[in-house]
Amino acid sequence: MSWTRIIAMTRKEVLQIVRDPRSLLIILVIPLVQLFIFGYAVNLDVKHVPLCIYDRDGTQTSQDFLKHFQATDYFNIVRVSDSYSDIVRNIDHAVCSVAVVVPPQFAENLQSSGHASLQAILDASDSNSASIGIGYAQAIVQSYSSEIQIAWQQERGLGAGVPSVTFEPRTWFNEDLESMANLVPGVVALVMAVVGAFLTSLTIAREWERGTMEQLISTPVGKLEIQIGKLFPYFVIGIADTAICAGTAVWWFGVPFRGSWIVLFGCSMLFLLVVLSLGYYISVTARSQLGACQMALLATFLPTFLLSGFIFPIDQMPIVVQWITAILPARYYVSILRNVFLKGTEVRLLAGDIFVLAAIAVALVALATRSFQKRLG
Amino acid sequence: MNIREAIERIRQMMKKEFIETLRDPHTRWLLFGPALIQMVIFGYAATMEIKHVSLAVLDQDNTQESRELVSHFSVSRYFRIAKYAAERDELRKGIDRGDFLLAVEIDSGFAQRLRNGQGATVQVIADSSNSNTALVALGYLSQVGATFAEEFQIDRIHRIAPQLVSFVPQVDLEARPWFNEGLLSEWYFVPGVLGNLMLILIMNLTAFAVVREREIGTLEQVMVTPIRRWEFIVGKTVPFFLIGCFDATMLTLIGTIWFGVPLRGHIAVLAIGVMVFLLAALGLGLLLSTMAATQQQSMITAFFFTMPMTSLSGFGTPISSMPPFFQKLSYFNPLRHVVLILRSIFLKGVGLDVLWPNMLLMAGFAFLMLSVSVLRFRKSVE
Repeated sequence: MSWTRIIAMTRKEVLQIVRDPRSLLIILVIPLVQLFIFGYAVNLDVKHVPLCIYDRDGTQTSQDFLKHFQATDYFNIVRVSDSYSDIVRNIDHAVCSVAVVVPPQFAENLQSSGHASLQAILDASDSNSASIGIGYAQAIVQSYSSEIQIAWQQERGLGAGVPSVTFEPRTWFNEDLESMANLVPGVVALVMAVVGAFLTSLTIAREWERGTMEQLISTPVGKLEIQIGKLFPYFVIGIADTAICAGTAVWWFGVPFRGSWIVLFGCSMLFLLVVLSLGYYISVTARSQLGACQMALLATFLPTFLLSGFIFPIDQMPIVVQWITAILPARYYVSILRNVFLKGTEVRLLAGDIFVLAAIAVALVALATRSFQKRLG
Repeated sequence: MNIREAIERIRQMMKKEFIETLRDPHTRWLLFGPALIQMVIFGYAATMEIKHVSLAVLDQDNTQESRELVSHFSVSRYFRIAKYAAERDELRKGIDRGDFLLAVEIDSGFAQRLRNGQGATVQVIADSSNSNTALVALGYLSQVGATFAEEFQIDRIHRIAPQLVSFVPQVDLEARPWFNEGLLSEWYFVPGVLGNLMLILIMNLTAFAVVREREIGTLEQVMVTPIRRWEFIVGKTVPFFLIGCFDATMLTLIGTIWFGVPLRGHIAVLAIGVMVFLLAALGLGLLLSTMAATQQQSMITAFFFTMPMTSLSGFGTPISSMPPFFQKLSYFNPLRHVVLILRSIFLKGVGLDVLWPNMLLMAGFAFLMLSVSVLRFRKSVE
């Protein structure tokens, strides 16, 4: 091992990166773009569901009932229909995704038998929004139902109140239920996976493809020196990206940061080691840049996006998929980040996750080092 | 210009491209393998449904009523009672450690208030470090609470005025989820994944194919042959168009046969939608290739475009919850149109009479991308 050779290798890699300032800029800007999209554009909360109403009763009662849908943030009444076929047309054209139908004799039934039902038709081709929409509609109907019960009771002198159960929630760790605070750890992990694995996956493959690997092999530089020298610049870029992401999240978007910065950066370095080694390994084995980039996508980006618990909760996945996530470094990293940002959990409680992450890092660094042979063919 | 010669040159170009792409088993696998794996993982892992939320209960009232409420939680499929706590401290510690997501504390006096016809409150602590799950779980809580209160009310009326029980006014909602009656997540995700995979695969393949020639210097060799630029572009893109069609067919079969997603619309409409979208993806890929000198550069640039395109396509989050500005912006996103088109054809079974505006916008985008990249391509070679 010689420092001069490592530095020379790093210098070559840095030159190659700096020579292409646009790519470097994009790498540093990607986390910001992604954060801004999550901060301003994409919302995991379902609100303003476009609603279509069809009042077949047309009485004061039914009008009163429908007013309840106007008063909430959850629905936007976009159309008043006058027939079922109009509803079908509007749902087909995706004008509205929920239609509430008040049946004829709604008021009369309510008066005479006490019972009345309503119909909600939902466009469940978006099953997620549909099930949330059902929940909202049901809550509105329930509160209407208890309102008329109170009136009915009072008329008959059965007491002024109706028994009800109210839950007084205190939401811990993310008091305002901001989806942003929830997503930031995932965005950090995602960006690291991209920078780490995508970029490095190309570095060795590129040398093979362009034929410069032969030149590199003919120099006295050792394989460990190549590995360290090549990965070091990307390591620095990865750390810079983490800092940009975390800084913007905390100071621009006001995401709480309750843990320690040391844990954040320590774990980020561990995770970077994981993705860099993985990228390096892929790069060595794939030999073509297209192959390397596709493999990197499969091995890092996708699991980080889908299986880390970043968007989709792990405990809701089928049990076999849950087992698979146990060996994914991203899962531990996202969990640590969430704890560090929102809960401010003590290091003691994170020791398990950190240990597993470190173990995976060691294994992958070893794998990457072994894989590269400094010879042709 | 001799048409027959041109066709012959394009044919040779396509042949070269096919040989290059399908030559070694490694690359061959890349054309289909990753797409296949992603589809399967997505189908299984991507679920927005939240069930069996872990819950801890501290019952300080310990009456028949409070136990009744607890049993409402234990029979609900939304909740799983993880702990019957004996003191308040256990609730706090468990939430800190992440043992359960919700801690429910029923105060003494709960039953008394209900019997008096008053509102009873129940304290809840929710771990909202995952805000979405917390929000959904709190919604479930109030549903359980409302059902419980309603049953209690009927019981109460039954005791004080039995003759009136059947007249207690009550309104209920009959929900009819159309197109996906079981509200299955995979029905929702599979069509969207198809669109996303097509975009990423075809755009990258096209961009890489051109940039690779430039990077290793063979583009100059091709350019000194009699082939014309447009012939080169056609020869370069048609193979990827065909690969895209093949992949789309494969993914459609997996979606319908393996995941049981219904294909209710006409298969021809699906084919038209996919092909128009493939043209848009090819156009984007070509445009990328004119902006990149190395494959690394083209990949990074591709990523820069695809991340926002995916996030703003309505694939994972509804477009109607985005701010108006982004809703309008999304009209320029071909991925938004194809996700909508695929979902509509698969689940709703609608045809061109409904989907033509989206098809048209997508086709316009494809035309724009292809012509811009052909124009830019001339310059970038010379």
